[in-house]
Amino acid sequence: MNKFNVLDLWYSSPLVTLVVTGLVLLVLEGFRRKSQRMAFGVSAAGIIIAIGLTIVTYGENQPAFNNTFLQGTFGSFFSFVFLAAGLLSLILSREYLERLNIHRTEYYALVIFAIVGMMLMASAIDLVVLFLGVELMSLCLYVLAGFMRTRVTSNESALKYFLLGAFVTGFLLYGIALLYGTTGTTNLVTIGKNFEAYSGNAVFLLGVGMVMMGLSFKIAAAPFHLWAPDVYEGAPTSVTGFMSTAAKAAAFAAFITVFLRTFEFAGTKVSEILAILAAVSMMIGNIAAIAQNNVKRMLAYSSVAHAGYMLTGIAAGNEEGQIGIMFYLAAYVFMNLGAFSIVSLVEGQNDTRLSFDDYSGLSKQQPLLAALMSVFMFSLAGIPPLAGFFGKYYVFLAAVKADLTWLAILGVLTSLISVYYYLRLVVLMYFRDGEAQVAAKPSLGTIVAISLAAFLVLQLGLYPSLVVNIARGGF
Amino acid sequence: MIMTFETVLFYFLAAASIASAVMVITRRSPVMSVLFLIVNFFSLAGLYLTLHAQFIAVIQIIVYAGAIMVLFLFVIMLLNLGDEQRLAERISYKKMIAVGLSFAVLMEVLYVVAYSGTEFPTKNLERAVEIGTVEYIGRELFTTFLFPFEITSILLLAAIIGAVVMAKKKID
Repeated sequence: MNKFNVLDLWYSSPLVTLVVTGLVLLVLEGFRRKSQRMAFGVSAAGIIIAIGLTIVTYGENQPAFNNTFLQGTFGSFFSFVFLAAGLLSLILSREYLERLNIHRTEYYALVIFAIVGMMLMASAIDLVVLFLGVELMSLCLYVLAGFMRTRVTSNESALKYFLLGAFVTGFLLYGIALLYGTTGTTNLVTIGKNFEAYSGNAVFLLGVGMVMMGLSFKIAAAPFHLWAPDVYEGAPTSVTGFMSTAAKAAAFAAFITVFLRTFEFAGTKVSEILAILAAVSMMIGNIAAIAQNNVKRMLAYSSVAHAGYMLTGIAAGNEEGQIGIMFYLAAYVFMNLGAFSIVSLVEGQNDTRLSFDDYSGLSKQQPLLAALMSVFMFSLAGIPPLAGFFGKYYVFLAAVKADLTWLAILGVLTSLISVYYYLRLVVLMYFRDGEAQVAAKPSLGTIVAISLAAFLVLQLGLYPSLVVNIARGGF
Repeated sequence: MIMTFETVLFYFLAAASIASAVMVITRRSPVMSVLFLIVNFFSLAGLYLTLHAQFIAVIQIIVYAGAIMVLFLFVIMLLNLGDEQRLAERISYKKMIAVGLSFAVLMEVLYVVAYSGTEFPTKNLERAVEIGTVEYIGRELFTTFLFPFEITSILLLAAIIGAVVMAKKKID
């Protein structure tokens, strides 16, 4: 049972590639004075190789490393999403970092290690690995949030995120300890097999509640979202983009692994609690977003609302819910990353040009950027035929099938509210004269990367079955 | 009811750990808090010993009471917090809500663990003695939990990078 299998290394090859890339980056920093440019190339190459390996190793579920790691379609799907988001965000953050004078090799190493943590969260079938993945990702993000050391808001962001994150880690770990105490194992497959026997156990349920709380914090679901606006606002915009997309996707991967693939709570009190969390997130996120005048804060509250929509799928607890969330996340990663990259292009030095008014008349100066931003905003608002619409459609459909019609109706109503603040930006860009400007002329690479994100948003909206089939576990 | 030596020891250590934990958060002087925290760690180590977890007990003392507490003390001395009166916090309604909520959670946990009649996997003394040893934990770490063990090294590496990024004096 405890034999080491060489195949395990093959299954984890994308992870190994990334770790090696991270180590190479660190060594590089010691030997070259101006290592940043090379660092970008090295990390992009590492991620591309990892993407290749993820596609090649895609296949049937196969536990590895003594049942702690599951090589399979679910993990590969999410690994692909994290790697693609990481690559896009690195391409989009390079100029931003240079402009704000924080272009350093460690940035790349931390992003790479954060992706390793995310991939572990998506592929873990052992609570210990899941926890270590969460911690590895969070630790890198704490530092990345405070990467702009000379700016007070960035320090505030890192400190708030770290203190609250460390506090929540305590809950997550206590929950895992209680689950271990009642089941005698940390292996999720074993727990899942004997789930019926534990499901009425009070200590077990207490552990489930603690784990739910810990993961709800990571996905920024209300009422555990209070950190999100401040952290998203203060962190460097390129980091915020990465944090609000890939990290949220990773936390949802962990959520799905624990609450849909291991536990079967559909139709019980636990799924009612999840439904309430979803409802509260949708309402608080959307209503608070209306009042914001800072675009980053608006996107932060909108990400709380999106966490609510996706939680609807978890509360539904059926297969449609899981596939819906996976599709939603794939779409959300690209549309939100695109939106944040345009915010980072418009943003000036020292937290300036972040308010809504700074976007007035953007279509005159930068017609392409304004058009791309509109695509992302329409998609976030959930207007067909863009990807955001189908994401919502799938999770709400799953909710209706699970007799949670009230939640689906609430979701549709709150989406209507969200149209107001998303479209407000579009209206400002097109129908208002203003002094909108971008901080620096975006390079061709940046434009191509943003366009690619917009293209994917459109593509996923027109052919949602592409992703849905992969999420179902096939091609 | 006849109390065995083990039970007496448990009650003594449990009382000591709770009392010292309360002292940690009620002392004005940070140095006093840290010293009570060390008392707390030692009594917890004693509790682990009564549970036959010798390895964790030793690690608790070496890592927490030894290494981490020394760092704590150094930081507190270097920070030179000065006026201790200003550290005293005022009571506001938000804090009262927080205290109330914490108390509710504590009561909930106590109720669930003590009175809900939950069956824990039977306490097996021989098994507990076996898995508490250094040899057993070492073997498990390098076989069953090899993968998490390796991830921990990456986690620590990321933490070191983070510390360097945050604390490096000169940024080039």
